[in-house]
Amino acid sequence: MSQTVVIAPAPGRYPPGDLAIWIFILAELLVFAVFFAAYAFARAGDVALFDEYQHTLDRRAALVNTLALITSSYFVVRATAAIREGSARDCARWLAGAIGLGALFLVVKSLEYAHHLEAGVHLGTNTFYMFYLSLTFFHFMHVLMGMVILGAVALKARRGGYSATEHTGVETGGVYWHMVDLVWLILFPLVYVMR
Amino acid sequence: MQYKSQAVAKPYFIAAIGLFVGQILFGLILGLQYVWGDFMFPEIPFNVARMVHTNLLIVWLLFGFMGAAYYLVPEESERELYAPWLAHAMFWIFLVAGALTILGYLMVPYAKLAEMTHNELLPTMGREFLEQPTITKLGIVVVALAFLFNVGMTVLKGRKTVVTLVLLLGLAGLAVLFLFSFYNPDNVVKDKYYWWWVVHLWVEGVWELILGSILAFVLIKTTGVDREVIEKWLYVIIAMTLITGIIGTGHHYYWIGTPEYWQWWGSIFSALEPIPFFMMTVFAFNMVNRRRRNHPNKAAVLWALGTAVMAFLGAGVWGFLHTLSPVNYYTHGTQITAAHGHMAFYGAYVMINLTMISYAMPMLRGRTAANSERSQVLEMWSFWLMTVSIVFITLFLTGAGILQVWLQRFSENPQGFMVVQEKIALFYWLREIAGVVFLIGLGTYVASFFVGAKEPEALPEGAAASA
Repeated sequence: MSQTVVIAPAPGRYPPGDLAIWIFILAELLVFAVFFAAYAFARAGDVALFDEYQHTLDRRAALVNTLALITSSYFVVRATAAIREGSARDCARWLAGAIGLGALFLVVKSLEYAHHLEAGVHLGTNTFYMFYLSLTFFHFMHVLMGMVILGAVALKARRGGYSATEHTGVETGGVYWHMVDLVWLILFPLVYVMR
Repeated sequence: MQYKSQAVAKPYFIAAIGLFVGQILFGLILGLQYVWGDFMFPEIPFNVARMVHTNLLIVWLLFGFMGAAYYLVPEESERELYAPWLAHAMFWIFLVAGALTILGYLMVPYAKLAEMTHNELLPTMGREFLEQPTITKLGIVVVALAFLFNVGMTVLKGRKTVVTLVLLLGLAGLAVLFLFSFYNPDNVVKDKYYWWWVVHLWVEGVWELILGSILAFVLIKTTGVDREVIEKWLYVIIAMTLITGIIGTGHHYYWIGTPEYWQWWGSIFSALEPIPFFMMTVFAFNMVNRRRRNHPNKAAVLWALGTAVMAFLGAGVWGFLHTLSPVNYYTHGTQITAAHGHMAFYGAYVMINLTMISYAMPMLRGRTAANSERSQVLEMWSFWLMTVSIVFITLFLTGAGILQVWLQRFSENPQGFMVVQEKIALFYWLREIAGVVFLIGLGTYVASFFVGAKEPEALPEGAAASA
């Protein structure tokens, strides 16, 4: 593996990937933005409650998950770089790596949920938990969705469906995955850390 | 018309328009009863007229959807309909069952109707919009299954397109969710909870898929834009519809005995329900602007664009007005809801049906692509008459609703319901006048089928000189 990754300029268009996915991403980000704003609004109304129950969250687990997602995004970048150089096999491998890290994320998150369920926490416990469970689960479903998309792209890459000149699908799947990562990068400090 | 079996759509469209006329007549009776309480009493009491008004709406929209599917699916699948005879048979079964049900509402007291149809065996009657006797509901299920089978087999055996897949998904969802109309729990909270699975998940879920696919079909046909581009838009729109619409059901779960988190979920997700409608507007105008040809059926294109705009206004904007739980705390069940209901149903589902009818009917009646110039001019007049009058109906009801909320719920000395109703009567009179204009528009619409029928077809814009 070379030290510097030279990404060949994308042939053709900006933004990379399909324009439709960008519209979809903007809409999705808007959904999360509204959700985050609602969180902030509710927290402002009862800071003490939010601070108290934020303590019960496992920040180490969330940090592991943050690293997993950031690394997976890096893998997706490598996959895009690989296909731009015409290496479909490398592309599929990097994507498989990203999907593996996505799976790790899901496992860690599920363990967290199991812990909370055991403690008897549910949506109606209090406003903080309502937001914590809703926000993270909504994001959880997006990770799952992102993995399905990356999986489809990886399969097509392995079958030789992309080339150095035509690989819009890889970029499309890639930007969606980065969105999932980006949302977590806001969610993590907001819900787990900030007080 | 490319396939002979597409012709089965014609009676469905005609029945739809006929029932539409009935719906509007009862709407006018209702509107008058708001200000003239015993108008037509005891022959047609308010509750019966309302039941007929809303049930006719639902039934004619279903006729329209079915006609649209029968027209569109053979063309998309590139083959004849699997069983045209079944479609014909179902048409008559549905029409007769529907007519008998409406007559039942009008001829005998509702309790008597329940008794006559043995509601006690499987009680499903007595719930808003789902008032149909159990036997009618079973009939609807049979018709829906036969219809789905027919359309589904055609799709399976032919070319599969995104348009037909989305349409099938929507129609299957429509049928499955209707099954919740048979679940009638004693617990009032559960009752309402699952009632919305039919009502909300129809109009803010699966019906939007049907709307999206029909709109996409008409745009593919009239603009000549690449199918690939239109399908991509359709994907994005339905994804957003489902993300926001499903959890958006929560905006009906405020203070009805459901857990408190629904206030947050309902507010957040339903606040975003305008997004797919906004996308639809951008989509429709974008496609028409990028058109590769001018279609001679200008009326159909006008209806398509009108659908996109009015659905966004009625369903999107007027829905958003009262969807947040702190707002809904005051507006729940006021004329604001009625305002939203009128414009949303007209803008989204009435207009998409009229779009499809406008596009398909000329071919079904033997034209190659479009009606004569004169017929289209009249049809476009009816478009503006009905659309502008529904805007006014909505505005007057919104005015009535705002005053109602203020006088009855928000001010320091809240007044009684009937006291307030007297005070806002002026708005109801204005609404009734707008309703009469709507009826004139509808009459114009019906007339457009007969005017200029013998004249030559209209030519696409720009083709007149060369022809």
